[in-house]
Order: sequence, then structure tokens, then C-alpha cells
Amino acid sequence: MNANSIPAPEVSQTSVEAAGLAERISIADLGFYYGESQALRDITLPLYANAVTAFVGPSGCGKSTLLRVLNRMYDLYPGQRATGEVTFDGQNILSPDQDVNLLRSRIGMVFQKPTPFPMSIFENIAFGIRLYERLPRSELDARVEIALRRAALWDEVKDKLQTNGLSLSGGQQQRLCIARTVALRPSVILLDEPCSALDPISTARIEELIDEFKADYTIVIVTHNMQQAARVSDFTAFMYLGELVEFDSTGRMFTSPRDERTQNYITGRFG
Amino acid sequence: MIHAAVHDEPEVHSRMAVLGRLRASDTVFRILTRAAAIAVLVILGAVILALVEGSLPALRAFGFGFLYHEQWNPVTERFGALAPIYGTIVTSLIAILIAVPVGVMIALFLTELCPMWLRRPIGIAIELLAGIPSIIYGIWGLFVFAPFLQQTVQPLLIDSLEPVPVLSTLFAGPPYGIGVLTAGLILAIMVLPFITSISRDVFDTVPPVLKEAAYGVGCTTWEVFRHVVLPYTRVGVIGGIMLGLGRALGETMAVTFVIGNAHRISGSILAPGTTISATIANEFTEAVGDLYTSSLIALGLILFVITFLVLAAARYLLARIERKVA
Repeated sequence: MNANSIPAPEVSQTSVEAAGLAERISIADLGFYYGESQALRDITLPLYANAVTAFVGPSGCGKSTLLRVLNRMYDLYPGQRATGEVTFDGQNILSPDQDVNLLRSRIGMVFQKPTPFPMSIFENIAFGIRLYERLPRSELDARVEIALRRAALWDEVKDKLQTNGLSLSGGQQQRLCIARTVALRPSVILLDEPCSALDPISTARIEELIDEFKADYTIVIVTHNMQQAARVSDFTAFMYLGELVEFDSTGRMFTSPRDERTQNYITGRFG
Repeated sequence: MIHAAVHDEPEVHSRMAVLGRLRASDTVFRILTRAAAIAVLVILGAVILALVEGSLPALRAFGFGFLYHEQWNPVTERFGALAPIYGTIVTSLIAILIAVPVGVMIALFLTELCPMWLRRPIGIAIELLAGIPSIIYGIWGLFVFAPFLQQTVQPLLIDSLEPVPVLSTLFAGPPYGIGVLTAGLILAIMVLPFITSISRDVFDTVPPVLKEAAYGVGCTTWEVFRHVVLPYTRVGVIGGIMLGLGRALGETMAVTFVIGNAHRISGSILAPGTTISATIANEFTEAVGDLYTSSLIALGLILFVITFLVLAAARYLLARIERKVA
């Protein structure tokens, strides 16, 4: 592929599937820089409420970078900056007066590798809740149980809530991280290749969770696995070399892609 | 194999010879490493033996009373170690009390908050601080720091804390400049680099993704530090503190300069005192008579035991923490 030959991204304006869905997050003319080098260019993309949107593309295409813009994770690193607009709840979250702690409690994130905190299973969930709410013990217990049930982990850990979160298996740890995220009652959940370190059975369980979560949250998932994107997502954004090549409903993207590069990628000809 | 043995007989022989030589040198190497390791045990044993033997006359003369008698009188040959023990522990405590929070905060700043361009200068400054010989801390303490404390800080402390019940005793006048507090402060400066650089190194071992996860649930920098970085690294931080404490307990030169070398226990930390190592350093040349010398060696044995107990306590603490985590 010649990088210079990339035309403007084709975004279908009135997708049938998108009709009736509200736009939870609107990304407009987004650019992103690691120091001097530009990693994202002119990204314009809607993220629909109560739907799963998958970011796909070859390594280095910027899909994880795009995800990390949505909760301002890049703020932690000097020299990284974003231009353009990302509107969430009527507010540009890229603006300097956005409270990033508040933002991150409303837009939760699950990482590639499970990241339980060095504390007990119970504390892993309760910790986040306590940051925002002063709850009596019984209510806190209930919230922790609800979160663990939502992540389909309750039955496996209910008898050992006080043991260290690191003692769980990889798949359980990842569901613990998902429970920790939903415990904060976010409206958006970002998943950064959540299954890439997991076995097929754990992967299947997490995909089931994603499907259930659609009713309550807006979900964005970055994945390397095209079958996974096809299985779990309603919309797919194909990215290449820092640009958005094509955005459409997943059904149409996988059956009749409009861009040749998209077709080559999803049929496995490159990437 | 048989093939090779038949056709390349001479070559096989020369290989065997080479291998034989290598094996012999490997045996020598193994013996040398083992000898070096055993030498440590032998030296340690010899030191303990010499200390115990040297302190026997004093321990025989004073018994356990040596540990809890304050009197230290070369003229009447009555010796008790309580004042130096007290001074050693109090100066070290003051040092740790000050150096731990400051050192950990510096390490946190360096790893989490410091802009890149400032990281190296501060890091190098910390390492230079560790490289200053203790005699320099001593003369600086005596000629610069102590007069400064005497003229400004101590009068202020005495005046402002006078109405407070407990603190008024702890900070009772007059301002000598030299004394237990001054020694503690100098020790704090001396152990600060150890605590800082070890804390910084262990803070750097926290996986970035774990910190991101904590920021990801909306934690502030303080909350990430308090609930993720510190629990993850506490074993290493405690190790750094113990190393600093070990240094503070045994530090001799700088303390000898600024502590005042008075064999008494005072309620005020502004008053002069002494430590075990300062006593030994000060009085060894003038120790005439076997009992005097033996008492000084007994002090050394006590310092040895205190340091050993601190290390043992640290080990025990770490083992308990690890068990709780697992």
C-alpha cells in the first residue's frame, strides 16, 4: 500500500442501523501527536449509545491511541497532545477545563493485560466506589456484589473476597477489572484488546459480557481479532496509518466494504 | 560417534585435553568462590568473638547493670551504657522520622511529577549527597549548622512550644546549638539519599499499565500513590528505610562533632548527649585501665546487637507483609 494514496475516509452518512441511536460521543477533526510525530489525522467518527463500536486495523494504525484520547489517558505523558474536538455530554472533553478524574469515572477503561490493584478482591471494587461516594458498609457490600455479578465473577469469588486480587486466574482478573469499571456506573466503557492475553474460554465469557453490557453502556473495543470484531460489534471503524478509512455498520463492513484497503484487511490480505 | 572415534582419533584426544584443562580451571574457580563466601562467615564470627571476649571484664564487673546504669565515670571506674544507648536510639529515630517522609516525597516527585529535564539534576544531586564524607557533615554541622540552629531555630522552638505540656519538656532550653536534635538532623540529611534512591528505584518498578488502571478509575496522583504505588512497593521501601536506619545507628564522625558528648539522659532533645559510636570514637585514646577499655568494647557489642535486632525486625516485618499478601 502506498501511504500517499489514501483518500478521505468514507463515512456512511445515514446508516440504517444508526437510525434511532443517539450519538454518545462525537469525534470531530481529531489529530494526535506524540511529540512531533502525528499519530492520528482528521478523525471524524460518531460513537452510538447502547451499541458496540470496534476499532480495527493493522498494528500501529492508531486505534489504541484513539481509544486513549477518549478518557484523556494521554495526559499522563508529557509531549502527547490532541487537536480537534471530542464531544461527550455536550462538552468538549479535550478542553483544558475538563475534570479528567470525573471524566475517567464516567468513561471507564479495561486494559490489554489484567491490572488488578495490589489489594483484596473486595477492595479492588470498593476502592473505586469510595473515591466518589461515602457509603455505609452494607450498601458498599451490595454495590460490590452487584458489580461482581455483572461481570459474572460473583459465584467464583464470593467465598474469598478478602484474598488478594492477584491470586485469581488471568481470565478472572480481567473480569475483576471489568467489575471494577462497571462499579463506578460509567456511561461509556473502553476496552483495549481485552482478550488478547486470555484463553478461548475466558475470551468467550468476556464477549458474552460485552453483549449484555450493550443495554446499559456505550462500548468501544479495540481488537486485533477480526472474528471478534464481527461477533461483538454493531459498528466497525477501520483505521490505517493514523487515518479512518471506513466506518459503517459491522454487517455491511464485513459483507460489502466500500474501500479496497478495508476489503484487503478483513479478508486477511495484509495486516 | 563411533565413526568419528575411528577416523578422527587425534582430534578427539586433543579435545579431551582441552576439556580436562577447562574442568580443572572450573574446579579452581568453584573453590575460590566458595572460599570467598565462607570468609564472610569467618570474619563475622571472628568479630563477634573478639567483641565478646573484649567486653567480658566489663560485663563481669557490672553484670546486666551495664545496660541500665546511666553513670559513666572513668575516675571511679563506674560504667553504665544507658546514656549512649538512649542517644543512639533517639538520634536515629529523629533521623528516620524526618528522612522517611521527605525521602519518599522526593522519590514520588521524581518518578511521577517531575518534568523530564529536572529529573537528572535532582537525581545527581541526591547521589552526590550520599557521596559526601561524614567528616564534612561533621565540620559543617559544628561550624555552620549548629550556630544557625542556636541563633534562630532553637530559640523559636523553645519560646513557641513552652505552653504545650509534653513538647515544652522535649524542647526545653537553653539553646546550645549542639545536642541530640542537631545530631538527629544531620543524620537525617545523611540517610536521606539512601531512602530516596531506593524508593525511587522501587517506584520505577510499578508497571505503567497498573498506574494507568488506577488513573482510569479516576484516581488523583495522591490516590494512585497511596493505594497502588505504595502497596506495590512497600517491601522495597521498608528495605530502604532499614538500610538508612542501619547507617544512622552506626554513624560516628558527624555525630561526634555535633552531639556534645555528655554522658547523661535529658528530657530535652536540645540538650547535649552522646551515642555509642561517638563515645567509642571520643574516648578510646584516653581509655587507661582494662575496665575502661573493656566497657568501650562492650558498648560496641551492644551496638552490634542493636543493629542485628533492627535487621531481624525488618526481616520479620517483611515476612509478615508477604504472608499477608499471599
